[in-house]
Amino acid sequence: MRISTLAYSIRQGLKNIRRNKLFSIASIGTIAACVFLLGIFYAIVTNFTHIVDNAEEQITITVFFTNGNTEEYKAEHEAIGEQILANPDVADIKYTSSQEAWDEYKGVYFGEREELAEGFGDDNPLANSASYTVYLKDIDKQSEVVAFLKGLDGIRDVNYSESTAETLSDFGKLAGYISVGIIIILLAVGIFLISNTIMIGISVRKEEIGIMKLIGATDYFVRSPFVVEGVLIGLVGATIPLVLLYFIYEKIIGYVMSQFSTLQSFIDFLPTNQIFKIMIPIGLLIGAGIGFIGSKISIRKHLRV
Amino acid sequence: MILLEDVNKTYSQGAPALNGISLKIEKGEFVFIVGNSGSGKSTLIKLLLKELEPTKGRICVNNRDLGKMKRREVPRFRREIGIVFQDFRLLKDRNVYDNIAFAQKVIEKPTRSIKKRVPQVLTQVGLSEKYKSFPKELSGGEQQRVALARALVNGPSILLADEPTGNLDPKNSWEIMKLLEEVNKRGTTVVVVTHNREIVDAMQKRVITMNKGVIVSDEEKGGHYYADKYVSL
Ligand SMILES: Nc1ncnc2c1ncn2[C@@H]1O[C@H](COP(=O)(O)OP(=O)(O)OP(=O)(O)O)[C@@H](O)[C@H]1O
Ligand SMILES: [Mg+2]
Repeated sequence: MRISTLAYSIRQGLKNIRRNKLFSIASIGTIAACVFLLGIFYAIVTNFTHIVDNAEEQITITVFFTNGNTEEYKAEHEAIGEQILANPDVADIKYTSSQEAWDEYKGVYFGEREELAEGFGDDNPLANSASYTVYLKDIDKQSEVVAFLKGLDGIRDVNYSESTAETLSDFGKLAGYISVGIIIILLAVGIFLISNTIMIGISVRKEEIGIMKLIGATDYFVRSPFVVEGVLIGLVGATIPLVLLYFIYEKIIGYVMSQFSTLQSFIDFLPTNQIFKIMIPIGLLIGAGIGFIGSKISIRKHLRV
Repeated sequence: MILLEDVNKTYSQGAPALNGISLKIEKGEFVFIVGNSGSGKSTLIKLLLKELEPTKGRICVNNRDLGKMKRREVPRFRREIGIVFQDFRLLKDRNVYDNIAFAQKVIEKPTRSIKKRVPQVLTQVGLSEKYKSFPKELSGGEQQRVALARALVNGPSILLADEPTGNLDPKNSWEIMKLLEEVNKRGTTVVVVTHNREIVDAMQKRVITMNKGVIVSDEEKGGHYYADKYVSL
């Protein structure tokens, strides 16, 4: 496209918007609402995923051996470890020897007062309690992995907490479905309104378009101002809520944290920059996309050139 | 060159608007098309621009068969043809200069060459001082001259004018016709649909008379306006 044609399209697009203020503002408003909600959903969902991911990291399976003494059965434990690692759903395993188990126990239960442990002397009450901590790639696979572990030879016990894992992943899925549903509805409304705005622009310029066609304008030349109009409306509509969200995101997080101070210990929100590094391009793309699709629909319907 | 072979055009309802039209207009000719209201003159012009498709028959313009032309080739084809209407069809929100420049922008001419070309055509139609005026500030004759400048700005090889003087008084009508004659002298093929008997009779050009979708007479240079004969038919 020639620069002058691009300039022409932009000028005409702006003119259409100005000429058709009311509808343009309505479209910008809808897209703004659309991107605003999208932004909020995005912030909630990414933060939620982040929190779930954190929580999931803490969800592990502990495996105890039939013969749990490290000193005697180290080789057997290592063989079992290799079998566990071979499972594709397992991300990693961590070995806790009998001694480490006892050290950890002492640390947790006797704390500073090491003298309490002295009564045990060199005996290790947990001599039979070496274990593997199993980390999963995907929390959804927990029950399969548990079944797999229980089926292995040389395993005495498998410890896991089913309820937490399933609640978290189910809740995550539900939130995902609901937001996708609402976002689709909003996108449809945005596209509908833009295409109506463009349609009015087209009908206002019917005569001009007729003349253009008769003097040899290409379809492309006739259409481009309307595409520009739609994309501009979309971009403006997306920019407003993005700016708004940028400034209120931190405030909202601060507010949530201060209102529910108990959350602080186990919830960690993503920083503004990390969220917006992705939200801004996505928001602009969606705004421009709604505008583009809306104008295309209208052009196809009302501009038979 | 314009060539029609046994062309029919029937709109969705009613009798055929054109019925078996065969016609040849050579490059550089000046032709009047006359005929009563509803005889099919505008339909013929629209067919030549490929604004309408014939129901039957073959139309060639500038050696191109319109029936075989692809949709995307139509804009480029139309750039070789200038068109003027009875109702001027200027863009009301643009001044004279922009109305003419628009025709060049539409075909993506660079701004620099537009700035050179527009004053040339404005001078050609005698409107160089009025380039800043808006259509509503101009007389009918002046508006039609702007429309003519717009039709000429891209240097068409054919100029089609559908009742260009239909809304003008005799003086302005004559001015427009003189301009068309000048354009023709510079080599452009000119086809003028008109109801203006006085001008047709005075200008001594080829005259094609239509009635009810058929050509009823085709007189070489020195033709006369006979359309009225057919009123009672
Ligand atoms: N879009 C249309 N749909 C249906 N019929 C049409 C259409 N346009 C023209 N006609 C019919 O076709 C016939 C020829 O019309 P056309 O406009 O070509 O006549 P004309 O010779 O230009 O008349 P005038 O001198 O009044 O401009 C008329 O009977 C008219 O009613
Ligand atoms: Mg007519």
